Amino acid sequence: MNYWRAVLLVAARDLKVELRSREQAVTLLFFALLVLVVFNFAFDFTVIDFVTLGSGVLWVAFIFSGVLAISRSFQLEREQDRIQGILLAPIDRSAFYLGKVAATVLFMAAVEAIVVPVSVVMFNFRFSGRIALVVLELVLNTVGFAAVGTLFAAMTTRTRRGELLLPLLLFPAAVPVALAAVKTTTHLLAGRPFERYASWVALSAAYDLIFLAASVLLFDYVLED
Amino acid sequence: MIAESGPVVPAIEATGLGKRYGPVVAVESLDLRVTPGESVALFGPNGAGKSTLLQLCATLIRPTAGRLCLFGTNASSSDASALRRRIGFLSHQTFLYEHLTGLENLLFYARLYALPDPVSAALESIRAARLEHRRDDRVGSYSRGMQQRLAIARALMHRPDLLLLDEPFTGLDRPSHARLEATLEEERGAGRTCILATHDLGQGLRAADRVLVLADGRLLLDRAARGLDQGFLEALMTANSASGRAAS
Repeated sequence: MNYWRAVLLVAARDLKVELRSREQAVTLLFFALLVLVVFNFAFDFTVIDFVTLGSGVLWVAFIFSGVLAISRSFQLEREQDRIQGILLAPIDRSAFYLGKVAATVLFMAAVEAIVVPVSVVMFNFRFSGRIALVVLELVLNTVGFAAVGTLFAAMTTRTRRGELLLPLLLFPAAVPVALAAVKTTTHLLAGRPFERYASWVALSAAYDLIFLAASVLLFDYVLED
Repeated sequence: MIAESGPVVPAIEATGLGKRYGPVVAVESLDLRVTPGESVALFGPNGAGKSTLLQLCATLIRPTAGRLCLFGTNASSSDASALRRRIGFLSHQTFLYEHLTGLENLLFYARLYALPDPVSAALESIRAARLEHRRDDRVGSYSRGMQQRLAIARALMHRPDLLLLDEPFTGLDRPSHARLEATLEEERGAGRTCILATHDLGQGLRAADRVLVLADGRLLLDRAARGLDQGFLEALMTANSASGRAAS
């Protein structure tokens, strides 16, 4: 089977299951919005500059809802041992990995598309008209997080207490992408010139490339019992 | 039909095959040769290694010892992806998505196997499973028996050369049971190789040409099914089950 058709097939199936069940979308969105509300009440943003805390608030919401998305995505494969149905198919197993990454990126992007405008209204800030850079930053860091998260979720999915292991493995590995995301967002909120944070954007891009390439190469072994 | 000119490439050829999970031995030093078209019943008490052996043959797990070749290709080779196209596997689990309809489930697998006309293949399979009237209902609303019928349809849809069936009669009512027996007979007639793991000795003896009995991951018996006595098999398995050994 054509490699990219298999990627699309896996991603489309995840999306279709989610559209039917709506379990993930509702949980992710409410979790992310709850984070915003909690931070809004915890800090007095008339006194504290949102630029200082805003990037942290946004990425706490995105990263934790991302963990939920990845965890739920592999729960789907664990139930009824469906992952075996995929492993039996005559496809390159890395196509399954890329399909899962694509679906996770779409789920996280849908949450971000709602949370960013809501936070703009709630915290009264603006990205100084740099929408293209904001989108680029969100895409790069979301792909990086989904890439590493999907790899570790696949590693732990066939183990006992896999859901407990996932955050233990994922968070240390996601530190570079989390740092780059928070730093880039801070600079974007402050309206600083691109040169000031270009290195963080480069770090995100390099992280994406390295993790995606390594995962595609290693995924067959990752799924070994 | 077997060609007279060359040697027959076995559907399954295992030499010293072993699978360990840490200290637990699931399959040990197993030598096995199954010729194409052969129908084999796999018996054994719980924990004997039947499911592990089927998973090894399905290329879902790699052996920790020995060598396994399927249709002349090493099952652990990088070519296993092409090999998997020739395998149909039915496990204890259905592999079905409860939020998708019966037809959508079959379509997903038909596309995953890159069947030339996935829609026709899925429709034909759901018709064969006698679930056409429920094809647009979500699988979550199906009974256990209906899910099992759909799972069987999924395993057979791509017309595999090697059928690996782990307790396929589970959850089936009497008519579905009879239909599955007829389907297995058809598959046998079509020259497909079939390994059927079951606890139903009578069923296995009726469906197979050959019987294998496993206990503690070892092959205890490898004989032609014809003339084998069910009582003898029961006694053999009881004596070699963990509880049987404890009692003696």
